[in-house]
Amino acid sequence: MLIEIKDKPFEPYQRLVDYQGEAGFAGKYGATSVFVGSMREFNQGDDVSAMTLEHYPGMTEKYLQKISEEAATKWDILDSLIVHRVGEMLPNDPIVLVAVWSAHRAASFDASRYLMEELKSRAPFWKKESLTDKSRWVDKNT
Amino acid sequence: MIGLRVEIRNQENSLFMSDAIINIKFFASLREQVGLAEAQISEAGVSTVMDAWNSATDNREMPENTLMAVNMDYVEASHPVKAGDEVAFFPPVTGG
Repeated sequence: MLIEIKDKPFEPYQRLVDYQGEAGFAGKYGATSVFVGSMREFNQGDDVSAMTLEHYPGMTEKYLQKISEEAATKWDILDSLIVHRVGEMLPNDPIVLVAVWSAHRAASFDASRYLMEELKSRAPFWKKESLTDKSRWVDKNT
Repeated sequence: MIGLRVEIRNQENSLFMSDAIINIKFFASLREQVGLAEAQISEAGVSTVMDAWNSATDNREMPENTLMAVNMDYVEASHPVKAGDEVAFFPPVTGG
């Protein structure tokens, strides 16, 4: 179970391979569910040229740890990984990686969905978008 | 002996000072609206999160959708606060 907050761009698929190689559960899992969220170049009908992601250092990690522990209690999973960007980013940059490993697919599907939905609805992160002529805080998390 | 007494008093005083403080944090759009990232308030007269908001913002009206945390756990406005706590206020989250 690992939580990482990155203030520089990261490559989610490489991070996944590296983590899986170090995690020590080779041969134990039959299913890996992976979600990667990336920055769009549009939102609510406007072109978005850049974005800043703010977080609450300490509480963000604490909350992600809490939901990771809840997922491990609710489903029969082997491990989970959450990586989330903060700071300045550009369209197409990866924002978030959620990965869950389990023996069978149902647990990893359900647990990864749970982690992502809980992250989006309650983890303290805030997006501020740069448009062509102004910047604005995102107020709807769809 | 006199020097020692003075030193002990200073330690007690500084301990008292830090004990009587509640640390406040504001994030994102709420930080910009309030015009403060952090504040320190006296615990005097402050018993709930709502009291802490009123003290730190000079009784500004709290936006309806404001989220609150004490020591990095979500709470409601009626949650008790005490000296040494970290109380945070922020808008709905938009990560992921």
